[in-house]
Amino acid sequence: MIKYLKMDASKCVGCMSCVSACSRAYAKEDNPAKARIQALGLGSGRFQLIACDQECRKCVAECPVQAIGVNKQGVVMIDKSLCVGCLACVAVCPIGAMRYYPAEPTPFKCVACGVCAKACPAGALEIAEKEDSPASRFPFDAIAAVRGEENRGGQA
Amino acid sequence: MSRAFDMKDFKLLAETRFEKREIHRGYAMRTMHVDVGARTMREKPVSEEMKAKFTGGKGFGLRLLWDATEPTTKWDDPENEIVVAMGPVCGNTNYPGSGKSLVVSLSPMTGVPIDSNVGGYFGPYLKFGGWDALEIQGKADAETIVFIDNVEGAVRFYESPAGLQEDTHLLADELTRAFAGGLASSGGGASADPAELQAISVISAGRGADHSPMGVLNFSLYDRRRDGIRVKQAGRGGIGTVLRNKRIRAVVVRYKGVGQNSNDAADPAAVQRLGLKLHREIVQNDDKQCKMRKQGTAHLMEVMNDYDLLPTKNHKYGQDPRGPELASWVWEKLFSQNLPDGCWFGCTMACAHAVDRFELRTGPYEGQKVCVDGPEYETAAGVGSNLYVYEPEGILELNFYCDTYGIDTISFGTMTGFLMECWELGVLNAERTDGIDLAWGNWKGAAQVLHDMADGKRFGVLAGKGVKFLARYFAEEYGADPRLMRDIALHGKGLEQSEYISKESLAQQGGYYLTNKGPQHDEAWLIFMDMVNNKLPTFEAKAEALHYFPMFRTWFGLQGLCKLPWNDIEPADNGKWPESNKVPEHVHNYIALYTAVTGEKLDWDGLICQSERVYNFQRVFNIRQGHGRREEDYPPYRAMGPVLEDEYLAREERYDKQMREKIGVDPAGKTTAEKLRITREYRQRQYDSLIDAVFKRRGWTSQGTPTPEHLAELGMDLPEVLEVVKKRL
Repeated sequence: MIKYLKMDASKCVGCMSCVSACSRAYAKEDNPAKARIQALGLGSGRFQLIACDQECRKCVAECPVQAIGVNKQGVVMIDKSLCVGCLACVAVCPIGAMRYYPAEPTPFKCVACGVCAKACPAGALEIAEKEDSPASRFPFDAIAAVRGEENRGGQA
Repeated sequence: MSRAFDMKDFKLLAETRFEKREIHRGYAMRTMHVDVGARTMREKPVSEEMKAKFTGGKGFGLRLLWDATEPTTKWDDPENEIVVAMGPVCGNTNYPGSGKSLVVSLSPMTGVPIDSNVGGYFGPYLKFGGWDALEIQGKADAETIVFIDNVEGAVRFYESPAGLQEDTHLLADELTRAFAGGLASSGGGASADPAELQAISVISAGRGADHSPMGVLNFSLYDRRRDGIRVKQAGRGGIGTVLRNKRIRAVVVRYKGVGQNSNDAADPAAVQRLGLKLHREIVQNDDKQCKMRKQGTAHLMEVMNDYDLLPTKNHKYGQDPRGPELASWVWEKLFSQNLPDGCWFGCTMACAHAVDRFELRTGPYEGQKVCVDGPEYETAAGVGSNLYVYEPEGILELNFYCDTYGIDTISFGTMTGFLMECWELGVLNAERTDGIDLAWGNWKGAAQVLHDMADGKRFGVLAGKGVKFLARYFAEEYGADPRLMRDIALHGKGLEQSEYISKESLAQQGGYYLTNKGPQHDEAWLIFMDMVNNKLPTFEAKAEALHYFPMFRTWFGLQGLCKLPWNDIEPADNGKWPESNKVPEHVHNYIALYTAVTGEKLDWDGLICQSERVYNFQRVFNIRQGHGRREEDYPPYRAMGPVLEDEYLAREERYDKQMREKIGVDPAGKTTAEKLRITREYRQRQYDSLIDAVFKRRGWTSQGTPTPEHLAELGMDLPEVLEVVKKRL
């Protein structure tokens, strides 16, 4: 199972409460550029919400030092002690949910903690669960395929 | 499988402690000198002058090597060094291709400095202990392992324990696992923690280097995903042979804590911004351009075959109907590269592909399954089409054994192509090869030569000496036509040519043979500009390209950068800009990256000037060693045109047309022998004119000596440099 932040942009009113709550919780300041969720105005009272879906896991596959992994709840997590700050994960994220702040050493992303959902006055956000998918399993299947004694001069 | 070692298996011979030093704006401003004979380490400061004139990387390497050696020094003298140098930009994790080390040494193949650009973790790990370069000098009296622990601040000399493996894929694995965790860890080494394993990188050579001058240095990296060791090669010119001659089994480095700003860049946010821009360009464009992430440099195979440029039968031809059997899509299927494979953190170009669980069919590991690093283009062409081998499994086998024995795949491919042509010509036979069948396409015969090279036995000892030696030997001992042997032995200065057909591109002949180290494609690759797109119509245009590109490409080696992310990925609109061959936007990225790391201003001319200083210094270094003469800059004729009648006839229409239109001679009624002679004389005259134009453009005399005036313009009129050139004026 994958725990994730389920977003319903049609309910978003653009109040930025989620962004503020997230940024205050993780960066100890109210700075939208440091929030793990983004609420972008599209005009005409419509908004786009961006946060990691925890499922595509392109960043997990890309990370050269396996600093990006998946916890027991299926959430994609960055281990800052392993991260070398290359930002390859930021480049491969198809929705711009993996973010960085200039000159800070490591990137950041939504970890489905629910702080934003509690702050949302419009009911646009909730923590939910979904099934694993081929995409979510891909990095682990690929690693399993190349591991083992049989790849280091072991007998066939 | 290999047995497990831990630190107590290694007998400590000597130790020197040092203070770690933080990098400041890309530089440590000191270098490490190791004498394996005396088992000592000492620190040397880097002067502001050295930084200003030599920049870093290859520049530092050549400066240190010059100071350590004499004009009479030979490759196997104790004072010859292996210098590993990194450069200011090296080790940043943001800009793809920033993990390179430059290795220089007096080459066993050429007698002059070789420089080799190599990936793997060793260079950055060495640097971040506070070192701009490592000099390894002296000769040990027993098999030695040098351990540079940049975590604890110690250099230790160990006796190589009995039972340690010699072949790289096992040796690097054993040493990585033994030294992981360093001495301070519980039990002393042998940590199984992936972070500790990742903190180790090993330089080693192989058994092949014990018996052949074409030995490589393998630079390891621990691949966390595979829980295995990968190796990248400082491949050219026999530096591995120098390592083994010094009785060094391995040099091991340990460092932990690589981060976004380990270089202490002047503007770390700019380094991030520039890196991310290129990451995104690669992610978006690579599938539409070179497919480096899926195929690596093997993407070139079918393109080269289509343009008659893929070495086939010792560079006799550039094309074969079987060419597509080695096309990129064949390799893409074989590469088990569902995940990106880079050779340094943050390289999203990730071209270091591998074939996993490959079952070997010959040699000491027959029947075992192994991970094969590659093949890259040069290997697939060199030990593939060039040997008329069109079975990918044959290429993988040769690739694996070259790597693990520590043999340069390029030299081996070119050398074996020469042997096979000699077999076809009747110069070689089973009696002379100790029974090895070297018919075209027989990769098992080639593999047997390789096994014999590693064992130092039989025909392998002779073969491994390289084509320069073999051409003379076959003429003297076997009565082969000396001119024919010279014509088809593809080397310059003693180094085997790499794997592109240069016959139809005069500029590329210069790109190969007007080089300081010998015919390697890293200085200039002008075939498409010259031959396909005809953008270099005059000698002056060719000379300008043979000035600009070697200088520009030299710059990667000064910085610790890889060349591939410069033009194996391009901005989508690159073609719209003037001088698109230079990929101007990327040049500007590099200038901005240099400034972001070092805090020093640079412009395009200044970039070229940094290279020119070092390039001219290297030329003078060649002269100091008794080389660097004009006559050493000529290609063997196989690299310039058709040597044999059937070679001419296979492209008769092309050559006849050239005779009519370019030479102004009517080929009608002429014998093939006459036509060969006319073509040859014309092409050799063309090359002579090219040398004149290039030397002039480079500020050299017609004999290839940098003039004192030009050296003064570059700020390289150092007394020791002028002293050398004045003897040649």
